[in-house]
Amino acid sequence: MTATAVAPPPGRVRTRWKQPSILPGFPLAMGWTLTYLGLVVVLPLIALVVRPWELGLSGIWATLTEPRVLAALRLSFGTAFLAALTNVPIGLLVAWTLTRYEFPGRRIVDAFVDLPFALPTAVAGIALTAIYGPSGPLGELFAKAGIKTAYNPIGIYIALLFIGLPFVVRTIQPVLQDLDREVEEAAHTLGASNLQRFWLVVLPAVLPALLSGFSLAFARAVGEYGSVIFIAGNMPLKSEIAPLLIVIKLEQYDYAGAAAVGLAMLAISFGGLLAMNGVQLFLARRGRA
Amino acid sequence: MGSIRLPGIAPLFLALTLAILGVLIVFPLGVVFQQALSKGLGPYLEPLTQPDALHAIQLTLTVAAISVPLNAVFGVAAAWAVARFEFKGKSLLVTFIDLPFSMSPVVSGLVWVLLFGAQGWFGPWLQEHNIKIIFATTGLVLATVLVTLPFVARELIPLMQDQGADEEAAALTLGAGGFTTFWRVTLPNIKWALLYGVLLCNARAMGEFGAVSVVSGSVRGLTTTLPLHVEVLYNDYEFVGAFAAASILASLGLVTLVIKTLLEWRHSGELSAGRRH
Repeated sequence: MTATAVAPPPGRVRTRWKQPSILPGFPLAMGWTLTYLGLVVVLPLIALVVRPWELGLSGIWATLTEPRVLAALRLSFGTAFLAALTNVPIGLLVAWTLTRYEFPGRRIVDAFVDLPFALPTAVAGIALTAIYGPSGPLGELFAKAGIKTAYNPIGIYIALLFIGLPFVVRTIQPVLQDLDREVEEAAHTLGASNLQRFWLVVLPAVLPALLSGFSLAFARAVGEYGSVIFIAGNMPLKSEIAPLLIVIKLEQYDYAGAAAVGLAMLAISFGGLLAMNGVQLFLARRGRA
Repeated sequence: MGSIRLPGIAPLFLALTLAILGVLIVFPLGVVFQQALSKGLGPYLEPLTQPDALHAIQLTLTVAAISVPLNAVFGVAAAWAVARFEFKGKSLLVTFIDLPFSMSPVVSGLVWVLLFGAQGWFGPWLQEHNIKIIFATTGLVLATVLVTLPFVARELIPLMQDQGADEEAAALTLGAGGFTTFWRVTLPNIKWALLYGVLLCNARAMGEFGAVSVVSGSVRGLTTTLPLHVEVLYNDYEFVGAFAAASILASLGLVTLVIKTLLEWRHSGELSAGRRH
């Protein structure tokens, strides 16, 4: 980036908010970026932020504390949390195997990790329902053990497990790859057991990545719709997720109510993200100390 | 590879990994094709030749053909502005570019209804002028554009930041014009990352469900894209048809995965750092 610091051509007025550069095209690129973002992201978001207030503060509160809305929010955030949490050890295991062991077909297996990214959510939804539904191969198996794996929160959890796994694996993988093997070997030479090496050397190093993988999977799972609604059963108060409630409110032309639920979801996710950043910052500071 | 791993535990980890990925991820993919072909080849192909299905495929292609180029151009412009210049508020700008990734797809559809729906801010005006956005192709495009907005920009920004502006500065100093510099220096440097971003953007655009389902109204044979067509058939208990339509989308996902993997193998040096394997 040294070239960008070259002095500006003479005669050009220096704007205070932008450092001078000899490269052309800033007004065009920036203008297009801001116009496009303004129309596609900012304007719609303004509608989302403003419209709930048609109900007034008390109206928003009344909407968000409806038993059905509360249940849906609790379900969406609860199952998303559990699924993301489960994906942390699973993702760590998969990332570990893919980075530490050499085996035939490793790159193919590695490629398949991204399948949930590439498979359209509705397709995943009906496929998971076919597998975990009452007459599906795994659904029948679990039913024998007395566990119902579809049309209830367990089905939602399974779908979110599917959706979230690549986020965790792909966040941890580069860190494991770059992890200084010498540190591990030093620990080994100094007599650390494998478990100690994992617990005291590897885990602290990948912890920040685990956390961001967790929050990415969680954020995706909270808002997930396509892969969930087929397997969820969508029973009010029991297995109705928050995004579905937005759709239902829209169908009843309750725009402000739908916007209120949408805004609440965004606000809670944003709060979670901030908290996670705080934890990350804390870990980074402690790591430096 | 590591010289000091437990010999006993490696096969166990490998077996566990393969079992988890197999059951959780590969099994659903296989089930799509198995269900679609469960009644034989004839019943598999028949629902795909129905006018509704053909229309859904055509609509899906149309929506992607509009949304993907829009977001590709945006991605290049945004990357040029963000990676080549220093200005105040850059991190805020990048946050806004990333924002659609952290929004629920349903919310990405909802916001357009809030603006252009019957009771949206611009709804009455649109009705007066007989313009339809919600429950029409325009709405599908808007929802898709919002959902897939970050893909290309996300690939280009880190790569162009890594590459730096030295080559462009050299070209400019040697007398090349701005457009020539972009065309002859920048574009060749970012072409594989651009293709990678377009690939992911396209896969999501064609497969998007939540956002488009909110703005579509799912009028069978009119505003149903292929993923919505899957839902319509499934809810009508036409399971073979639903899985047949789903198998097209699953194939799209597989092709995307193959090209993506090839790009990561062949051109890893020309993709952003996170994509190098």
